[in-house]
Amino acid sequence: MKFVAGDSASQGSHLSPAAAAPATTLSHQASRGQVKKSRFHFSDQSLAPLLLAPAMTLIMIFVYVFIAVTVWVSLSRWGTLRVNLDLREPFGATYAQMFSMPRWHANLRNVVVFTTLFLSLSISMGLLLALCLDRRLIGHTLFRNVFLFPYALSFIVTGIVWRWIFNPETGINILLDVLGINKLMVAMGGPALHPGWTTDPSVIFSLNSWLGAIFPAVKGLSIQLGIPVAMIPVVIAAAWQLTGFAMSMYIAGLAAIPHDLREAARIDGASEIQTYTKVIIPLLRPVTVSTAIILGHVSLKIFDLIFAMTGVGPGFATDVPGIFVFDQTFKATRYNLGAAASVIMLLLVSIIIVPYLWSSLRKR
Amino acid sequence: MRVSPFLLPETLPRKAGDYLILLFLLSCMGFFLMPLYVMIVTGLKEVSGVSLSTMWNLPRQLSGGGFVEAFTRLSPNMGNSFAIAIPATIISAIWGAINGYLFAKWKFRGSNIVFSFLVFGMFIPYQSILIPLIQTLQILKVYGTIWGLVSVHVIYGLPITSLIFRNYFANIPDELVEAARIDGAGLIRTFTKVMLPLSKPAFVVVGIFQFTNIWNDFLFGVTILPNPVLQPVTVAVNNLSGSFSVDWNVVMAGAVTAALPTALIYIFLGRFFIRGLLAGSVKG
Repeated sequence: MKFVAGDSASQGSHLSPAAAAPATTLSHQASRGQVKKSRFHFSDQSLAPLLLAPAMTLIMIFVYVFIAVTVWVSLSRWGTLRVNLDLREPFGATYAQMFSMPRWHANLRNVVVFTTLFLSLSISMGLLLALCLDRRLIGHTLFRNVFLFPYALSFIVTGIVWRWIFNPETGINILLDVLGINKLMVAMGGPALHPGWTTDPSVIFSLNSWLGAIFPAVKGLSIQLGIPVAMIPVVIAAAWQLTGFAMSMYIAGLAAIPHDLREAARIDGASEIQTYTKVIIPLLRPVTVSTAIILGHVSLKIFDLIFAMTGVGPGFATDVPGIFVFDQTFKATRYNLGAAASVIMLLLVSIIIVPYLWSSLRKR
Repeated sequence: MRVSPFLLPETLPRKAGDYLILLFLLSCMGFFLMPLYVMIVTGLKEVSGVSLSTMWNLPRQLSGGGFVEAFTRLSPNMGNSFAIAIPATIISAIWGAINGYLFAKWKFRGSNIVFSFLVFGMFIPYQSILIPLIQTLQILKVYGTIWGLVSVHVIYGLPITSLIFRNYFANIPDELVEAARIDGAGLIRTFTKVMLPLSKPAFVVVGIFQFTNIWNDFLFGVTILPNPVLQPVTVAVNNLSGSFSVDWNVVMAGAVTAALPTALIYIFLGRFFIRGLLAGSVKG
């Protein structure tokens, strides 16, 4: 059986989440075959590709040719200020060099940790907020506007403010004292909390010994596989900024579920909670997929926020490929190394974006 | 037509659960507003009032605080950001409208494939094109200029603006194009006489969305404009916060200043903003 709602909700997985949006004006409907081939308008038909040519030529050059050039640079010997586009021997030596760098290992660990924590936090909070707002209680418009507000700000502003909040000398740590949490801790015989936040180089939940037992190669790693403590404030800042986006996607997705369906569930005797868990949340799965893909690709590319908030962090605890590329290319002028890291970034993003684009454009 | 879920009547809490939800929403609101409080309160303090231990307190007296210095330092960069974002937004919106119209109403063999190649361009990490981009801008003698950066924003803005307009025009009935054709209008006249007059809402959405994206950009600004005099405000405010000679009240006031234009857009034109972000939101 095919739900009507399933259809409209699945539009959320289209490239354009607008399809699921309230603004039906922006939702797309495939207009297949409406443009009939007519001899009288032959010139108009060939005019369309011609008028698209300037934009497409620019995109071809500035996206695809440039990517090809970057791949070439990553394989070249251009490791200093002086341009040298000769191929480096052996083939791919820069990649081999990069994958043997402990800093790059930390980068890959960090981007995985960041993406996992950030996606779980912002998507679950986004869904929760959207469901709470779905009750349309008094003030829901104000709440929604406040939750989405950080999205309008720049990552740089977010990074600067959260750096101040997570400064271990002030900010959150003072709140721990003021709110009496530390008194409580001491009274219970524990130590007063004074986390180092972004200055803490330690890695918690380390998996090295556990993984090392299965994959001996892990034992040779110079980094701890786990959650760098300094990354936690960055995740909170990123979630602060983008939870509102996830919430908006879910609000739009909820709006696409016909009222009749909820009514039907109620008539069938479902309680309000059952209506949500059995009917509504399953119908929101396509929205979750598109939100995860969009936020996931943002988090793989993350740069500005970390640049403004922590930089590489203590012991590369908050270093990510975006920062690595910037450092190698513009500070160390090791162009081939920077290019190689950016090619890996592009590959990571493509792995999630290409199937998404393919599936959404195929439907049109 | 469906009612926008963003404009629905409110109901009063009736059950105990409703009060729990309200309590939860209120505490979340506290969390979401906390950084704004910190920014504004710290910005309003005088240098002597910014001590680490009184961070959460309100300023003791009302004065300009760090805003005077922040504004003097940042106003040239605010000007740069406007000089970059306004032309880039206008050009990429108009160009996107043309592309979107062609992709929606004048499909040709392979136009969907061409379109997907265009759209992929908005997802790439810009790090992976920066080296050849800078070289090309240097060859074209626009590296380090405002117009160089405007062109970059226009080009990399084309995928998203074309996408939003394509989806908008696809929703306009084909009968309108047919009718215009019967009246003797060709491809271009149909666009200027039929489509453009209908596309005001899409222009508002695209305009707001692009302006916000370009205003908030950092990577292109910092790599393409090395001259501090020409840099956009995001880069300037980051430099401010990285410099040890600048006090925290000035940094926070600077952050508020840099955020002000997009924040005002959000506050006054929020519903268009939401449409834009749902229409294909990509940040970063």
